Amino acid sequence: MDLSYSPEYEAFRDEVRAFAKEFGARAPRNFGFNEETRAWQRLLIEHGYAARTIPKQYGGFGGTADILKSRIVAEEFIAAGLPMGMQNQGISMLVPTLLELGTEEQKQRWIAPTLRGEVIWCQGYSEPGSGSDLASLSTRAVEDGDDFVINGQKIWTSTAAQADMIFCLVRTEPDKPKHEGISYLLFSMKTPGIEVRPLVTMTGRAEFNEVFFADVRVPKKDIVGQRGQGWLVANATLKHERGMLGDPNQAGTRFKALVDMMMNEEVDGRRLMDHPVWRDRLLKLQARVLAMEYHGLRLLTASLKGEDPGIARLIVKLQGCELNHQLAGFANDILGELGILYGHSPHLHAHGEWQTRFMFDLGLIIGGGTAQIQKNIISERGLGMPREPKAAS
Amino acid sequence: MEFGLTSDQTMMQESIDRTLARVAPLERVRKAGEPFARDVFDALVELGVPGILIPEEFGGLGLSLLDAALAAEMLGKHVAPVPFVASAVMAPLALTGTGTEAQKKIWLPKLASGEVVAGVAVSEHASGAREKAQVTAKAGKLSGKSLFVLDFNGADIFIVADKFGDLHLVDAKAKGLEKILLTTIDTTRAIGELNFDNVEAEPLTGGNGPATLERMIDAGRIVLSADTLGAGERMIEKAVAYAKERKQFGRVIASFQAVKHLCAEMVAELEPCRALIWYAAYGFDALPDQSRRLAAHVKAHLSEIGPFVARTATEVHGGMGFTDLLGLHYWFKRIGFNRQILGGPEKARHDAAVAQGWTGN
Repeated sequence: MDLSYSPEYEAFRDEVRAFAKEFGARAPRNFGFNEETRAWQRLLIEHGYAARTIPKQYGGFGGTADILKSRIVAEEFIAAGLPMGMQNQGISMLVPTLLELGTEEQKQRWIAPTLRGEVIWCQGYSEPGSGSDLASLSTRAVEDGDDFVINGQKIWTSTAAQADMIFCLVRTEPDKPKHEGISYLLFSMKTPGIEVRPLVTMTGRAEFNEVFFADVRVPKKDIVGQRGQGWLVANATLKHERGMLGDPNQAGTRFKALVDMMMNEEVDGRRLMDHPVWRDRLLKLQARVLAMEYHGLRLLTASLKGEDPGIARLIVKLQGCELNHQLAGFANDILGELGILYGHSPHLHAHGEWQTRFMFDLGLIIGGGTAQIQKNIISERGLGMPREPKAAS
Repeated sequence: MEFGLTSDQTMMQESIDRTLARVAPLERVRKAGEPFARDVFDALVELGVPGILIPEEFGGLGLSLLDAALAAEMLGKHVAPVPFVASAVMAPLALTGTGTEAQKKIWLPKLASGEVVAGVAVSEHASGAREKAQVTAKAGKLSGKSLFVLDFNGADIFIVADKFGDLHLVDAKAKGLEKILLTTIDTTRAIGELNFDNVEAEPLTGGNGPATLERMIDAGRIVLSADTLGAGERMIEKAVAYAKERKQFGRVIASFQAVKHLCAEMVAELEPCRALIWYAAYGFDALPDQSRRLAAHVKAHLSEIGPFVARTATEVHGGMGFTDLLGLHYWFKRIGFNRQILGGPEKARHDAAVAQGWTGN
């Protein structure tokens, strides 16, 4: 155990701080699908604070993989209150997948504009009948000359309304076993026959969409990997998503906000922090936040050494999402009746955001492999327990 | 930046693990004997475990609290019926913290070699006083009583905190000292009561008593938590192995999701505890300004997660888990003991709040 940083990394930290000072004013005021955000993204790539490890020839910074440096960038950006680079499904999921399994032409064509935020992607995986059992998906793609013709429906598609492109799982070989009949296609969301309908969730917002395909004709050549190997390609992508969903930094940030609330919110003229029952609950959560933070450091060290942390990695999504949900729930409780105020109600505290987070977190607990699927993964891959026998159908 | 163990640390853990597997199987644990399992203790003396924290100049290994926690994890894993938290952790810290040069020279080598075992009487400061326990010092003599004295049985000396937190060394054979062994759920470690009737004591005057007492309690909390981690790990191992063998409804119960999810939940809750313990133990030496808060958090958190694992692992075993025959209860009780000693979770969380300035004493 040695938690100090070597001089090389301290120098890197100074460099990031200097950047924050010099360029901080250029950070976008309204982070989103707009030119000021794209300009910020380009600036970050140029300095190696975004797309750090993506080769230069594909529009990245071309640095070597250095998790410690990535962590330092994250720490310093948070400290300076600056937004990190874009985090969307194209950058987090499609780009690593193309680097691993795409053709040279696909890499040349898609990676650079995706990194710069010029092409926005959505992910076409889940279907109404295929959630946890994703491999049972039934959106069909039938070969017709140089094209596939697609019919079917996707659901839980975030950013579908803004997306230029979709990376999509379709069934091309209906007679093969379910895992062997899927292909991974890239196509434009402007293709005729695609309809996007917003999906309003329990938060009252449309964070997701449904996407309908009616005789959508797309070129056969825009397939990633071989025909029928889409399941393998998708798993390469899901691996990246699971890392994304259980971010321990987020728990730390939320916990700090809770401490502020406990110090400032009053009931009967007395700070919440001075109520022993509330304080005890806060401290229970603090232990969990610390444990997950240090657990993250342990995993970080394992990656730096090229070791497989095994079961320690498999628990992150389950525990991380649950902890965030508990933190949001506690924030609601701190506020008492104020905690159920919503929308634009008078007396809103903390912009009324905690209820939204509390509900949205439930979506994250379910999405990307439900908590129950995570427990299957932990017990089967981590503990070597056998799969449940297939039900006779 | 490296958040992990060195190969030396891993090797030390493995060698304690192998030794205990050999000398302290469950049949041996069942007959721990009086005052403790001397043969198991002797095997640990060979590895230097009693002197793990004692500086090399006094015959110890001179290692860090992280190393002591790693050793404790193995003791918990094997429910080893030997003194450790008081004799090898808290008493050496009392002597190095506030013993005089002469006291260190006399006692530290004897503790390191296992020739002397030390009990520690600090419960009133760590958990709060029960049964009106309190020790007062006057002109070198102690009066009153202290409860839940750790590593009690077979102790040759006791380190005793008086009501102001000043520390005293008492010979177990001193005149006027009454020793009453307490029966607990856990037969693998002994605690007791000391009654002082004007008992001659040597004050530890080489440093700041109350500050040293805090360090002792912090270290004890971390080490007991590591013991719980080891015991919990072993309970999960046993539950998973049992579930893979036990058949009901024509298949192993490990193939039922209801059973698998219990096992996954145990791992998911216990595994992050490891990093928390490593950090707190490392922090005890490297980040002393954080160590009170971290030690309290570790103690509180493991006191919650340990019993969850103990209960769940027992349930996975079904009726067998409840029997004496299987012996799973030795780990269950060890974890239960660790939860209450040196401050239960509510007390530890309160201490963590005080350490952050979130409330007064």
